Parts: sequence; C-alpha cells; structure tokens
Amino acid sequence: MPERPVADRPMIEITNVTRSYGAFKALDDANLVIREGEFFSLLGPSGCGKTTLLRMIAGFDNPTSGTIAVDGQRMEGIPANRRPTNMVFQSYAIFPHLNVEQNVAYGLKRLRLDSAEEKRRVEEALGQVSLNGLGKRGATELSGGQRQRVALARALVMRPKVLLLDEPLSALDKKLREQMQVELRRLQQAVGITFVLVTHDQYEALAMSDRIAVMFGGRIAQVASPKEIYQRPVNRQVADFLGGMNFVKAEIVEEQNASLLVDTLGFGRIKTDKPKAFVRNGSGATLGIRPERLRVLWDDSSAKFEVSGKVVERHYFGEITHLIVEIPGLEKPLSVTETNDFGADDIPVGSSIRLAYDPEALVALAD
Amino acid sequence: MSGLRRFLPGRSWLGAYAAIYVGFLSLPVIFLPIFSVNTAATPKFPLSGYTLKWYEQLPHTPALLDAAWNSLIVGISASVLATTLGILAARAITRYRFPGRRSINGLIMAPLVLPEIIVAISMLLVMLQLGLSLSLFTVVLGHVLICIPYSMTVLISGFEGFDRSLEEASADLGESAFGTFRRVTLPMVMPAIISSLLVSFTISLDEFIIAFFLTGTEATLPIYIWGQLRFAAKLPGVLALGTLLLVLSFVMLSIAEILRRRAARRTSNEGGLYA
Repeated sequence: MPERPVADRPMIEITNVTRSYGAFKALDDANLVIREGEFFSLLGPSGCGKTTLLRMIAGFDNPTSGTIAVDGQRMEGIPANRRPTNMVFQSYAIFPHLNVEQNVAYGLKRLRLDSAEEKRRVEEALGQVSLNGLGKRGATELSGGQRQRVALARALVMRPKVLLLDEPLSALDKKLREQMQVELRRLQQAVGITFVLVTHDQYEALAMSDRIAVMFGGRIAQVASPKEIYQRPVNRQVADFLGGMNFVKAEIVEEQNASLLVDTLGFGRIKTDKPKAFVRNGSGATLGIRPERLRVLWDDSSAKFEVSGKVVERHYFGEITHLIVEIPGLEKPLSVTETNDFGADDIPVGSSIRLAYDPEALVALAD
Repeated sequence: MSGLRRFLPGRSWLGAYAAIYVGFLSLPVIFLPIFSVNTAATPKFPLSGYTLKWYEQLPHTPALLDAAWNSLIVGISASVLATTLGILAARAITRYRFPGRRSINGLIMAPLVLPEIIVAISMLLVMLQLGLSLSLFTVVLGHVLICIPYSMTVLISGFEGFDRSLEEASADLGESAFGTFRRVTLPMVMPAIISSLLVSFTISLDEFIIAFFLTGTEATLPIYIWGQLRFAAKLPGVLALGTLLLVLSFVMLSIAEILRRRAARRTSNEGGLYA
C-alpha cells in the first residue's frame, strides 16, 4: 500500500501553550504544528505532559496561557461537545448499558439523521474496524480488543477532523497490541483523518507515526520523523528513551557551525553533525551509537573502522543476542546487539572480539 | 504458627458456634409464621391445628386497611424524597473533592447510630417549634431523616467507581451536560436508585418509634400492631400481619441488594471481562 501523502496544511496549531497547577507546570510553553492527514504521536514517560496536551485539544482541559487552533479555528471557550475532535479513551469508556450498535450510534443521535442514513453510517464504521455483524452484542460481552474497536468506531462514525487516541493499546497484551498497531496505521491511511496518539511506548510511536514529538517534564524535546528521532536524537534524554544507546565521551578538536570534530579514546577522530540544542561546555562532548550499529567481525573479515575488546556478558533473546563488550580506553563497556544467524549466541564470555562500525552512526548529543 | 493454632478452637467448635448464633438470631422470626397458622389464639406449643383463618380475616378489618394505606403513602413519599436527596448527596460525595467532605458524610450517616427515641423526641420538638401539626406529613419528614443514611449507602456504592471517562466520552461525542446525565449517568445508576427506593420504603414500612411520636391520629402499620397487642384475642391476627410484613421486607431487601450489586458492577466499566 503506498503511503498516503501528508498535506502541508496545518490541522492543529499549538502556540505557546502552558498548563500550570499552582507552581507545577504540566505543560511548559509548548509549540507544535500537526498537519492535516498526519499520524502524529506524543511520546514520553508518564507525567511528561502528553496527556494534558491531548485533553486540551479535546476540550477536557484548558491552557493556562497560549492558544490551540483546530483547522484554523481557535478553540478558546469551545467546550468538548462542540469541537471537531473525537477521542478514543484509555479505558475505552464503552457505555456498558448499550450494545455495540447503540454505542457507535451514540453521537449520531444528536445529528438527527434519518434512520436509514444512521444505520448506514454505523455499519460503515463497524466495517472499518472489522466488527461487522457484532452490532447487537452487549457491551459487557466484548473482549478487550473488541472494546477497543468499538471505541474507535464510535469516534470515527462522527467523521472528526482529528481523532485523538489516549494510550489506546496499553491495556492489550503484547501480541494483540502489535496487531492493532498495524491495523491502526492501515485505518488511518484509509480514512485520511489526522490522528494524534499519546503513548509511552517508543516502538508503538516508531511503528505507526508520520512524525513524533518526544516530551519530557512538560516540554517538547524533539519533533521529527520516527527515523530521524531514532537515528539523530537531539539530546541524551531522547536518545536514552528511544531504545538502547551507548554513550561515548569525546574531546572537541574543532567546532564549526553545523559540525563537530572530536577525538574519542575507542573510536579515534570523528566528524559529526552538531545538534541544534548543542551548548558547548568546556572541551567535552558526548557521542552516542546504537547497539545494533556495532557489528561483530569474524576471524576472516575486517572493516575499515573497527574496535576490539573483550566479551564480559552475553544475553540470549531468541532472534538476537545482546553482548556487553569492554573496550580498552572506554570508561563504560559497549552494548552490542547482533542477530543470531551467524552464531553470535555462541561467542564465549571472556573471548576477544572485534567490532565494526560506521563513523556516521556516532552522533553528537546535547546534554 | 503451629503454636498459635493450639489456642484456636477446632473447626467443629466454630461450626457449632455459628449454628447456635444464627439459630438464636432467626428462631424468633420463625415462630411468627408458625403461630400465625395455628388454630389456637394463644401462641403455645403444642400446636393445635393448621388454619389460614387469621389471614382471611385481615382484609375484613377496616382499621388495618387504613393503617396499611397510611403506611403505603408514608413509605412511598419518604423513599422518593430520601432517594432524591440521596442521589444529590451521593453524587457530590463520590464525584467532587471539597473541604469538609468527610464530616458532611459523617453527619448524614449519623441517624444510623443515634438512639431512635432521641431522634424521635428531638424531631417532635422541632416540628412543634415550627408550628407543624402532627400528621402523616411529619412522619414522612422523620422517615426521610432515618432513610437517608441507608439510601446514601446504596447510592454511593452505585456512584462509586463510576468511570468519569464515560461522561467525558458522552461530551466528546457531542452530548450536552444534561443529555449526558440523562443518557449515561442516570441509566447506569438506575439499579442503585431502585435499590435505594426499595430499602427506604422497607425501613419506613417497619419503623415504629418515630412514627409513634410524630403521627397525629393516623396510624401506620407498626402503630396499628402496637395498638392490637393490648387485646389477647387479636394476637393471631397480628402474627399473620407480621408474617406478611416480614416476607414483604425480605423480598424487597433481596431485590434491592441484587440491584445494588448490579449497579456497582456496571459502573466499574470492567464488566466486559468479568461479568
């Protein structure tokens, strides 16, 4: 399926939005533009302000200062029931006294459609979430996955401009969660509605989103595509939150506008892009390299760039093996993940190995 | 652990204790229906024969029918009023966090532990001070006071754990605040409301002391029974009436409890997995 192109037209504009509770700022001067038709994720640990932001877009909470606009219209003073947004709640909030059909038709009742049209739209929505034929099922007779689909259908049937999803997959078991990630992405591509997803699961955000905003402590740390966020995190916090990262100390040799030339003990002299948030603090800097960007070199092979060290720990994870490798000169051992097709799971602890790397994979990180 | 076990009575002892305990509690209640179908006018063993005549006489006693009618009016009024006030209070207490929440809750529950005769006397004084003449209306007021704690207990368990996101979901789908209350909140707590009505009605129906103090010339059923006890010959009729009240109360309270549990389960919003 070809990717649906994202229009370059803003759908949600968050401008200088702050939400304080007394002295505590749940959200601190957030600025963000989410485009029409985009699958956008707000990613961060609990308490980072992502849910606060989502609830303000929905109208369940109001900014202390700043403005939120949806489709060009400012949302101040507009209550939740008159906003062009619909939400899928973390608890799903399925009305337990209504059956599936009545749940999905709940919002349509206010529109006073004729009954044939209402029925058609309910059927269409149930079809979109693969719940055909379950319309008469009681809300209390549904599995967790089905409840989630009803919540989706109930929101989609309203044809919102923006669909807000508050950790919709967190209550599902791992297998169902992975299946729903694929389905949600497919559904978004099919209907073309702007999706805003709140999640604390980095893999979920990476797998589904067009773009991700990573948030910490009420602030937006980075907004970029999943690939860029993963490969070029702006600072140590973002790098650490999205998967494993080896941090390597470096000495700055030369600083330019957009690049840094640094010396490291293990990896030698490296030229790397300078992150926007980089603030020079003495001559020290930190580089990062993902564990899977280090590859084990076997006896008969060599690489242009390599380091050697000693395996101190080995952890088996089925399709991959996780090695901890001590490198002379590095203060912390490196984490290395290697696929098991060539026998990485048989490397004895205590043996010497060589690791190949691409200097491009070493990225400078702001603190 | 084993050292401690030596000091605990064995299982057989516990079983016997439980049986005696329950027997002592319910034995008097069992005598009531037994003597109500006895042919003799005095409640004494051995039983002299089986009859339903005491029951057959009940509908032919005008004073009894009047008392039953009065009790019905008082019961319905008191239960509706107590439940209405209970809904408002239970909603406030479960939904909002405000200063004095606990103490207000405690005050509402107070009539549960106050001696009923003290409550009755104080109510009588207040009514007279207010210049109200004693009537069924004053009985209703008294019964509302003692029904509210029970009504609140039932309603709070209905409202408690009510997932707020259900109301948010309704608003999110375009419904107004009033529409949300009508289409989501009310239907979900309806079992608790009915349960509260039944409990309050039963309490009012059985209540004697407050009715005795606050009624004017009109008797409710318990007052009528109290009056009949002076006449030995009327005793079997009273036993028959008492049996009917007992059965009615038992049935209504059972229905109320079933509904209360259903409401509590509904509001938890997890019914889908565990129902």
